[in-house]
Amino acid sequence: MSRSDTFHPFARVLHWLMALMILTMLFVGAGMVSTVETKHDWLLAIHKPLGITIFVLALIRLGFRLTHPAPPLPVDMPLWQKLAAHASHWLLYALMIALPLIGWGMLSAGNYPVTLGGGLLLPPILPSDPLVFAWLREAHRYLAWLFFLTFLAHMGAALMHGLIRRDGVLQSMTGGRTPD
Amino acid sequence: MTDETGARSRPPTHTAWRWALIGLAVAGFAAAFGYVAGWLAPGRLTPHRLVNAVAANGGEHAGFRRNHAKGVCVAGRFEASGALAGFSTAPLFAAGTSTPVVGRFAVPGSNPYAADSSVPIRSLALRFDLPDGEQWRTGMNAMAMFPVATPQAFYALQLATHADPATGKPDPAKTKAFFESHPETAPFLAWVKTAKPSASYASETYRSINAFYLRDAAGDRHAVRWAMVPEQPAEGDGGPAAGDTDYLAADLGKRLAAGPLRWHLQMVFAVPGDAVDDATRAWPDDRRMVDAGTLVLTSSQPQADGPCRDVNYDPTILPRGIETSDDPLLAARSATYADSYLRRTSEEAHVPGTKHPGEDKR
Ligand code: HEM
Ligand code: HEM
Repeated sequence: MSRSDTFHPFARVLHWLMALMILTMLFVGAGMVSTVETKHDWLLAIHKPLGITIFVLALIRLGFRLTHPAPPLPVDMPLWQKLAAHASHWLLYALMIALPLIGWGMLSAGNYPVTLGGGLLLPPILPSDPLVFAWLREAHRYLAWLFFLTFLAHMGAALMHGLIRRDGVLQSMTGGRTPD
Repeated sequence: MTDETGARSRPPTHTAWRWALIGLAVAGFAAAFGYVAGWLAPGRLTPHRLVNAVAANGGEHAGFRRNHAKGVCVAGRFEASGALAGFSTAPLFAAGTSTPVVGRFAVPGSNPYAADSSVPIRSLALRFDLPDGEQWRTGMNAMAMFPVATPQAFYALQLATHADPATGKPDPAKTKAFFESHPETAPFLAWVKTAKPSASYASETYRSINAFYLRDAAGDRHAVRWAMVPEQPAEGDGGPAAGDTDYLAADLGKRLAAGPLRWHLQMVFAVPGDAVDDATRAWPDDRRMVDAGTLVLTSSQPQADGPCRDVNYDPTILPRGIETSDDPLLAARSATYADSYLRRTSEEAHVPGTKHPGEDKR
């Protein structure tokens, strides 16, 4: 089923599922810290379990990616664009693993119980330390913003491949037919 | 890979429109994020704005809580009576259970150097550490009801009572206008007229004020508020000497040196029709009460290096068996306490752009 010019179907399903989840997370996170309304509480109740789910899926995805190489980029792409593509993809992997870990770590350092709802409780991954909490909490915010900017660049580049260059790169992830 | 030469040989038509579409998609997501994050919604009451307003009256003091800044740490345990076990599955209510507690007595206001007599209200915050890692955090005030029911009204109250820079006192016209346009404040105003600053933390009754739900083993929920009722009687006279501004912590230390202090956790059950989402409306005195157990406080520590310093007593951190109600103040407290907690811990951590706690002056 998998062709060399498209991603493996499992990789494509994970990609679009996680794209939706991560985008949701960024909006949920930004929204919940900017409101004093009751939605603050239920957004936070979504934020933690969804973030941990992303963490688990990201590990699976990284493992799959390391064992299943991505289709090559078009040979006529300028070198700087190829470098930018590779760098941004690894940055996205790094962020989808680091951000949930930092979320979990900062709650541990703040001596908060890491509750995921339904009575589910994660163990702390760091000893309680308010200074570590403060640094991680700031890092969680700025890395989330970096995540959003990287997403914007990623989406812009994907659309550029699909609409301007029409070189099959977008289709390698959508799975549609490449332009002929 | 695709047939490159094929793909390149047919340049796309309407290139300008295609670029515009891409630009629109990127700008659209950016604008949506900016709106949700509040940057493009300047009118929104954010936790940050609300904390700024709360802290403005007593000033911002680096490293300190932005409200209830003056306080003292206490430690002890909670001994369950077992009487509440039928109403809540929270393990700390099972008969014979003893749960360690880290607490804090405090005086409302953002100035950690304010005189103890500056307000007629004292507070008690507690963190119960359950054996399985769950926690119950609660912040209680020694008053019968809250002045307002919503975070918006609380914000307006702060603005209406800010000291006028010219006189150093709140503008009476503004204050009057606020209370007139907020009739829900009437019960509080009536209560506060009779309230006097107590000479001791030990003789106060501390109340949750906000309502919560207990969840029992059958899955049924019960609307409650709670009160920590002291065993220590109120002292008739022998109050603090005139001019003494820091008598509360000293009194507490003296009493604890003589032996533990005790309160009873009285759970008050609502009947249908009682306000579960409105902290301005106290429930009548005849509501059913269940004595859930005894809070035994055995020691106190200064907050500068005590175990309560770096605790955020967020009242929405609850174990299984206790749940939040629809009271809109609860989410606002959770959001603003997190903001205040991040400010003070960032200051302790010397995160760039923050003031260092040591620079704080009276
Ligand atoms: C892909 C994963 C995640 C993303 C994209 C994400 C994103 C965000 C964003 C954008 C914010 C707002 C930051 C700010 O403006 O201050 C935030 C805050 C927060 N996040 Fe996450 N997050 C993720 C995972 C997690 C996880 C796994 C946890 C915990 C288990 C977590 C816990 C929190 C908490 C507690 C806050 C702050 C709440 C407050 O201060 O009131 N996050 N997150
Ligand atoms: C929207 C309304 C409210 C706002 C904006 C607000 C704001 C704050 C803030 C910013 C703090 C400092 C938190 C920290 O740094 O850890 C605080 C502490 C506290 N608040 Fe509130 N508060 C509100 C309502 C209430 C209510 C209804 C109660 C009633 C019981 C209450 C009781 C307390 C107590 C006891 C503390 C001290 C906790 C401690 O000792 O650490 N607050 N409040």
